[in-house]
Amino acid sequence: MDELKLYTYIAVFSTFALYFAIAWWARAGSTSDFYVAGGGITPMQNGMAIGADWMSAASFISMAGLIAFLGYGGSVFLMGWTGGYVLLAMLLAPYMRKHGKFTVPEFIFDRYYSKTARIVAVACLIIASLTYIIGQMKGVGVAFSRFLEVDYGLGLGIGMFVVWVYAVLGGMKGITYTQIAQYVVMIFAYTIPAIFISLQLTGNPIPQLGLGSTLADGSGVYLLDKLDMVVTDLGFKEYTTSNLGGTLNMFAYTISLMIGTAGLPHVIMRFFTVPSVQAARQSAGYALVFIGLLYTVAPAVGAMARLNLMNTIEPTAGQNLVYDERPQWFKDWEKTGLLKFEDKNGDGKIQYTSNKTDQPIITTGSISGKEIVLLPNEMVKVDRDIMVLANPAIANLPNWVIALVAAGGLAAALSTAAGLLLAISSSISHDLMKGVLTPDLSEKNELLAGRVVMTIAILISGYLGLHPPGFAAGTVALAFGLAASSIFPALMMGIFSKKMSGTAAIAGMVAGIGVTMMYVFQHKGIMFIPGTSFLGDMGKDWFFGISPNAFGAVGAIVNFGVAFIVLQFTGPCPANIVAMVENMRAPGDCSAAHDH
Amino acid sequence: MENKETYWSENIRIILICLAIWFVVSFGFGLLLVEPLNAISLGGYKLGFWFAQQGAIYAFLGLIFWYGHKMNKLDIKYAEGSE
Repeated sequence: MDELKLYTYIAVFSTFALYFAIAWWARAGSTSDFYVAGGGITPMQNGMAIGADWMSAASFISMAGLIAFLGYGGSVFLMGWTGGYVLLAMLLAPYMRKHGKFTVPEFIFDRYYSKTARIVAVACLIIASLTYIIGQMKGVGVAFSRFLEVDYGLGLGIGMFVVWVYAVLGGMKGITYTQIAQYVVMIFAYTIPAIFISLQLTGNPIPQLGLGSTLADGSGVYLLDKLDMVVTDLGFKEYTTSNLGGTLNMFAYTISLMIGTAGLPHVIMRFFTVPSVQAARQSAGYALVFIGLLYTVAPAVGAMARLNLMNTIEPTAGQNLVYDERPQWFKDWEKTGLLKFEDKNGDGKIQYTSNKTDQPIITTGSISGKEIVLLPNEMVKVDRDIMVLANPAIANLPNWVIALVAAGGLAAALSTAAGLLLAISSSISHDLMKGVLTPDLSEKNELLAGRVVMTIAILISGYLGLHPPGFAAGTVALAFGLAASSIFPALMMGIFSKKMSGTAAIAGMVAGIGVTMMYVFQHKGIMFIPGTSFLGDMGKDWFFGISPNAFGAVGAIVNFGVAFIVLQFTGPCPANIVAMVENMRAPGDCSAAHDH
Repeated sequence: MENKETYWSENIRIILICLAIWFVVSFGFGLLLVEPLNAISLGGYKLGFWFAQQGAIYAFLGLIFWYGHKMNKLDIKYAEGSE
């Protein structure tokens, strides 16, 4: 066994042992432990747990890679996935905590006094959460198969077993404490390579500052200016200004991600675990501290990885890397099929340009102004997901750093999967069974039901991770679209409008989901089946150029509009509900506990 | 009762201030005004680019803590007033 593999095994299995130990120590004894960790988590602990809950395999592995290739356009993810916490902290979390229940559908049921509303909320929650879990399970399988060369299915199985042990045994309590440990593993794994790379490239160890510094090669050129120059001389769009589908699309995309984030039930649920309203507000702040730590490093990782990649392939202008002399990481990623080279002009060297034709193109660099010859691009595949994973190897970092990245990626995927599983199991055992189907369920049996449902959910998500449905790639749009167009508006109107009635809110939710799903399906295919889209998946067919991923914002507006129109015709909600809303809005009481 | 209503309207006022800043730093500086701001540089960063990839996040952080701080003070003030 080589050194890297040995280190990776040590890193991965020692973190797993840690999670098991925590699960045993924090096992759940009551439904309150199982759903809300007994309501006694401190704001800082909760902030860390929210960070791990929220930052998934996508944040850890994919985001910096997206930014590396989108440049400025990637800002929608940075602003969208952090700005949502401002909305959560001010518009939802404190009042929902004040109300003091266990789940999001339960809140909807109380506020809109309707079992139908509760079932609609459960359905939204399950669809949004299951689609999310598929991605986490795939992340676990991929991390195992690439770093430990274990079979994908076996890796997935190990991941399922680890989650099963601590989520089923510990419920929210076990999940919270393991998430805190997973956050620590994740943030070290993310920032240590970034610090090394920032130091190598700019001499500044803080990546957020390194990104705005001059290069350490003595040229005195700023890193971002150099990157802009390098990419435009190869015909790519300028890094720091390249837009993502126009300003309106970026605007709608950012706002959709923000309200989608604020409406994701597995995140909202975490605010029910703290003892008071004040603690709920504070947890949102701590959550953003811990999330922001990774999210402000990500753009540095993206830009530096892109520059390193370009410099490896073309160390000095016109002196391209000879294919036979390519470094080891290049060969390793070629084996996975995520990196592909085709020697189109037969010169044995690698050309990486924006030219997708077979003929050289002569043009001028948009910044340098000099004449450039763009040879046909020979890097026919550069998967953006490899940027974070390959980054330490590209920068020649020591093996223990690479091993740490493997453990970090697994921590990111497992912590998010656990939070989602809890959201699913509580919505079934607490909302569907206890709330609607079998109201006389005893606490002991409800706890048992929660554990059984969670086991089933793990098996289903494992199966879906092993056999991802054809539409898996498009489902992120679905999850965020659902949260943004249905859950967020329903919750917000429930708090900020005293009059909003159940009928009007349900009409709004159905209309919001309807419009969003129709838009996604008409451009991406019904249930993402190719060939069933009746409008083209092309920019020119989009409504004002808004991409399907960004349409949740429009769905939310429709939801608000329909709800208020229906409210005008059907009349406001009963007086006891108005009193409940007034109580939610009242000054926070430090001693408020769960009234179950 | 009246107490509760002034508490709520003060809360709304603070939220509106926060959301105005939230909008300006992200959608304003990071998106709509990005081109003029990019003419200014902050070290090696173009300013608009910096807001979109760094500055907005720092501002969000400040806003949440400031909101929590203001509301905690209000909670104490109104809790004392009612008892």
